[in-house]
Amino acid sequence: MKHEISFTINGEKVHLEVEPNKTLLKMIREDLNLTGAKEGCGAGECGSCTIIIDGKAVNSCMMLAVEADGKDIMTVEGLAKSGVLDPLQDTFIKNAALQCGYCTPGMLMSAKALLMRNPNPSEDDIKEAIGGNLCRCTGYKVILDAIKEAAGQIN
Amino acid sequence: MLKYVGHEVKRVDGLEKVTGYAKYVDDLKMAGMLYAKIKKSPYAHAKILKIDTSKAAALEGVKAIITGADVPNRVGLYLEDKTFLATDKVRFVGEAVAAVAAISEEIAEEAVELIEVEYEELPGVFNAMDAIKHDAPLLHEDLGNYKYGPIFFPKPGTNISNHYKIRKGDIDKGFAEADYIMENEFYVPHIQHAPIENHSVIALTEPTGKVTVWSACQSPYAVRKALSVAFKLPLHKVRVVTPAVGGGFGGKAGTTLEGITIPLSQKCMGRPVKLTYTREEDMVGSFVRQGCVAKIKTGVKKDGRIVAEENTFYWEGGAYTEYGVNIARAGGYASSGPYDIPNVKADSYCVYTNQPVGGPYRGFGMSEIHFAIEQNLDMIAIQMGMDPVEFRKINAIKDGGHTVTGQQLYNVGITKCIEAAEKDIEWGKTNKASGPNKLRGKGIACMYKAPSQPNNVASAALIKINEDGTANLMVTAMDLGQGSNTALTQIAAEVLTIPVEKISIITGDTDVTPYEWQTVASRITYCAGNAVKKAAEDAKEQLIKLGSIGLGLPAEYLELRDEHVVSSIYPDKKKSIASMALGLEMPDGSGVHGPIMGRGSFIPPNVRNTDKETGQGEKPVAFWTFGAQAIEIEIDMETGQIEVIKVAAAYDVGKVINPQLCRGQIEGGIIQGIGSALLEHQIMEKGKVKNPNFVDYKIPAVRDVPEMVIRMLEIPEITGPYGARGVGEPAMVPTAPAIANAIYNAIGIRINSLPLSAEKVLDAIKNNKSVACKVVQNNKGADGEGQVTCGIN
Repeated sequence: MKHEISFTINGEKVHLEVEPNKTLLKMIREDLNLTGAKEGCGAGECGSCTIIIDGKAVNSCMMLAVEADGKDIMTVEGLAKSGVLDPLQDTFIKNAALQCGYCTPGMLMSAKALLMRNPNPSEDDIKEAIGGNLCRCTGYKVILDAIKEAAGQIN
Repeated sequence: MLKYVGHEVKRVDGLEKVTGYAKYVDDLKMAGMLYAKIKKSPYAHAKILKIDTSKAAALEGVKAIITGADVPNRVGLYLEDKTFLATDKVRFVGEAVAAVAAISEEIAEEAVELIEVEYEELPGVFNAMDAIKHDAPLLHEDLGNYKYGPIFFPKPGTNISNHYKIRKGDIDKGFAEADYIMENEFYVPHIQHAPIENHSVIALTEPTGKVTVWSACQSPYAVRKALSVAFKLPLHKVRVVTPAVGGGFGGKAGTTLEGITIPLSQKCMGRPVKLTYTREEDMVGSFVRQGCVAKIKTGVKKDGRIVAEENTFYWEGGAYTEYGVNIARAGGYASSGPYDIPNVKADSYCVYTNQPVGGPYRGFGMSEIHFAIEQNLDMIAIQMGMDPVEFRKINAIKDGGHTVTGQQLYNVGITKCIEAAEKDIEWGKTNKASGPNKLRGKGIACMYKAPSQPNNVASAALIKINEDGTANLMVTAMDLGQGSNTALTQIAAEVLTIPVEKISIITGDTDVTPYEWQTVASRITYCAGNAVKKAAEDAKEQLIKLGSIGLGLPAEYLELRDEHVVSSIYPDKKKSIASMALGLEMPDGSGVHGPIMGRGSFIPPNVRNTDKETGQGEKPVAFWTFGAQAIEIEIDMETGQIEVIKVAAAYDVGKVINPQLCRGQIEGGIIQGIGSALLEHQIMEKGKVKNPNFVDYKIPAVRDVPEMVIRMLEIPEITGPYGARGVGEPAMVPTAPAIANAIYNAIGIRINSLPLSAEKVLDAIKNNKSVACKVVQNNKGADGEGQVTCGIN
């Protein structure tokens, strides 16, 4: 039996019927065609599926789609507003804080959730926020640099 | 004065990746798409007696089922020993024996459960030393009938799929001259590539029989060739398209899921079939880094000169070694490290084991052998009372010196790399630890690496100049994250004087983009870079020729400057590239030449075969990259936990095309090296992987990052584009041995196997489990003073 749910995603209201066992990640990728969030492990261990729900970064592979009912969701596709990049997107490009790019959407959303609740994070705050986002390419240093720089711009 | 090369041009793929727009294979959705799942072997070694697919076939929504009978042809890059599904028997736990395509993943999964396979279990071999015993069970009884390249030496009737030999100088004479002879042994376990993107492929068969695969792969052309062999299709009927790739590190270098999805798609004409591995499937069913046992016997003079070395490497190649045989070869031709040793005997054996399939992994054997070579050097230096840095400087290859194959080298940067790392880590200075039960130590390790590729592998590039003066650059070098799209665009921009933002790079479509052998081996900046430079120079030559006609000036006095053909004598005499892109318009309205298209082809010059018996040859590889890392660590004596405090890395990379991206390669390599040193280990029990997930198989996260000081020395490689060498793999090679050496420096305990986990370090501390050199003082009888039995701890 399908469940009817309503939620907001990247500022748009959506009504959907979803299977009770479908993950939120699968719904976003397959039903809404927002493929920025990735599945890297399907078990909440790598963070590449991170999206923001009601201001908090979550692993969307660990939530069921039905749990999105009534929520306000932001994915990487909603980060740039009216064609203007979010400061994080700018500083990730500037610092080459990405290589293959597969972890990048999740990394950006974890960082965004941090800066939304704490515009002046310490280095430890940043490490805490992206501690669950695995990147196999960059070695993380440039990612830390990019988030620090974006935090400066937000001030 | 270079305008684009050598500058920190921003990544050309940055915007599409930060917006989530970049499309990876699993992001692609096509009308009518089917989803595939595989049936896996529960046994490490077993005969397949019977496969019953009838129940699965009866399930609603199932569209096709295949077994080994559908893919009987053996394929492989260097040794054709694998089939895409097991045929006669299974050789590792997790091997694919059947596959299903259905209208949903869930139905495919259910159908796989309904497939019944009857096996007869066979005895297995689970490490290299057991596998080489004369009475060991054989994995490949038919090894003698397999096809292989002429540079490989399988031993039919054994589990040895390649025996690569080096015989340099006179080993007996060398040991006779030595004042000391020391023996050491090391072990490097299997590890995972763990790119965040799992393997994913979509295959589509057209009514004409043409097959298209969208594949997360590093090497579209090599994949196309293997598929054409496997499915007996001419090359123009196989198209490999590669969109964005979410990391490779070697794991996506060969064929993987293409061979399973194609036969499924052939049974479902016109419907695309997608197969995306789960993390667990990826960790078991795709390439892993091979395990390696390394034994080194070294003869050294009292003044510190190494005069003889005998190296034996046994590679645990897993169930199929189509690719692994070449890792054994690379280990052989680099077997003594970046040191000039006159007498060397090396034997590198690739060995079949009932384990996941070994394959290329960033470093291609170099990380494994350098873990042994670089600890061995420290152990000898310490035994002789010499400083490890000085000992390395004495033995390092100098200009005019020779490698282990007898190749004479010039422009050798290794000594400068050692000096830079020594300075940046403040070698000899001991820093205070952060707590009472903690100790600090420093260690150093060097490396060298050449691209391990057949001598004559080719690269090509095409450049189309558009009528507005912009350009399209086409290559099949794949940007796996390393930044090749940016670096290659910079090279084209430099030659053509067309700004980077006016050049669009198109990659990875074998129907469209020109040939590239593979994106592996840290060869792309060098090989594809040369092809792009030649293509740009070809376009430039055409533009100068037209400019000469149009301006009425001799071509030798014309050059490209700021998107124009300009007179080098009269700068106001010029003609824009845009105005000549489609040919030159003459004053009478006629035209000449037509569109400007630059073609560039490249093969590394003068790389030749080595002698089959001795491995000796003047130029067996295209170029060498040298590097050194000096590392400071802190050990918690209560927990055994090692924290890497600082890494000073120095690499001779030749001309740096993009400093920001080059630094990114080195930083990323160091962190991957730290992972392999401290955390990573594919735990197996009788060939069954026990930790196929990121909870039990940890890779470095943000808190594992130390201070990194990166130095890029630019000693040119004369055959490289602008003098560039490769750097991607070298970045991780010295990290693990440098950390092991730092542990010894801190606490006097030698650990000779990876990973240097807290558990192992604590056990070694508590139970004083240090290993030491087996030392024989030469000419004083066997087993002299200081002799300790070797072992792996």
